Amino acid sequence: MRIIADQSRCIGAGHCIRTAPDLFDADDDTGLVVVAEGELDPSRAGDVREAARLCPNAAIRLHDT
Amino acid sequence: MTTVDGDQAVVHDFPMRRRCPFAPPDEYARLRAHGPLARVRLPSGQLAWVVTRHEEVRQVLADPRISTDLTRPGFPQMRPVPEPEPPRLHEGEFFNMDPPEHGVYRRMLIPEFSAKRIKALRPGVQAMIDRLVDALLAAGPPADLAESFALPVPSLGICQLLGVPYEDHQFFQSRIRSRKMVASDAIRVAIGEVRAYIGDLVTRAENSPGDDLLGRLVTERRATGEVSRDAVVGMVLQLLIAAHETTANMILLGVLSLLRHPEQLAELRADPALWPGAVEELLRYHAVADGPAFARLAVADVEVGDQVIGAGEGVIALCASANHDERAYERPGELDIHRGARNHLAFGYGVHQCLGQNLARAWLAISYETLFRRVPALRPAAEVDALPFKYDAAIFGLDELPVTW
Repeated sequence: MRIIADQSRCIGAGHCIRTAPDLFDADDDTGLVVVAEGELDPSRAGDVREAARLCPNAAIRLHDT
Repeated sequence: MTTVDGDQAVVHDFPMRRRCPFAPPDEYARLRAHGPLARVRLPSGQLAWVVTRHEEVRQVLADPRISTDLTRPGFPQMRPVPEPEPPRLHEGEFFNMDPPEHGVYRRMLIPEFSAKRIKALRPGVQAMIDRLVDALLAAGPPADLAESFALPVPSLGICQLLGVPYEDHQFFQSRIRSRKMVASDAIRVAIGEVRAYIGDLVTRAENSPGDDLLGRLVTERRATGEVSRDAVVGMVLQLLIAAHETTANMILLGVLSLLRHPEQLAELRADPALWPGAVEELLRYHAVADGPAFARLAVADVEVGDQVIGAGEGVIALCASANHDERAYERPGELDIHRGARNHLAFGYGVHQCLGQNLARAWLAISYETLFRRVPALRPAAEVDALPFKYDAAIFGLDELPVTW
């Protein structure tokens, strides 16, 4: 599974970063969401779902493969 | 008061008044039990919808067919005498713009309020708050916590963010405190003065840009022609207005609420790591920015539950009601710092969710933690019933909070 973050929807609220600072970050220049690359440890799926649930503009989802 | 309109729907008068300073208006629970939407009549005489439940408030505030553009005809107005013409927006006042225009301005400011940037600002915020507590302690009890602490936190905090020179702080603070002004003419004069002063700050930043929000806006956005000078002024003015009453009143109400829950306050004193969760719960519990702050207009038909908000109808999100929705929170009327209330809607929802929320969280957490640590005997100097709560203000709170220690 992977984290999908849509910067075009990001409004910089920061809920994802507060939920899982090791998985989400704000780009230095734009302030928009950036995510940890690559395969997500399945034990972290709950944190990503929580970040997705809190995001006020549906910018985050969990890609289940 | 309730009346019945043409199609026999019950119409309630709005806004509804809080009766208890620690709870939303009583009517909200009844409206919420009845359904996610209710019909209301505004002071302007207009009819509008209110949204009462957590899930539906999220739905409506995230819907692109729900506009915040108050220049649209039919936009819900709270004034008893409606303006003869729709209000005009000044350039850069992006809170009242819809996407995609809204995003153009918001994106210029997002990096200034990112979680990372705010973390870097925290030592400066702590130092500013420590100086306010130093002065409070030096003057000795009693004190008005509004005047001596809660109002200066956002005004000095904004000075730090904008790079307002220290010698201007007094002027800046006195001009942006509109809390005692009730006449709209007086507010217009005060806002005009602040607008002119922000113009001066922009000029100063153009001549010697600092390493601050205004310096970056001027060098990175203004100089490149991305944004006009008037728009920079409009953006900054909206930041000021949004930051002020909300923060000051949350500080005062939060202090009162924690003093009313000494067992939870004792836990916080023993374990400062609990503060972030406590701040979320206080934001949920008090929800100082409620209905009128979340007025919208439907630009197309929007289904909510089994009803339809019609194109051209006003809609008002009751965020205080959503924050006390039994469907979202157990025992919503109780303050519980362990609740994990991170999904509260005190900052709204959707693309307009509060831009400054990370800064607000830092201001609140540092204010509460520092006050209760350095003034351990802090307590109100009057009975709660005798305190001047602002039952009729757009942002709920207190005019004064006499305290002693």
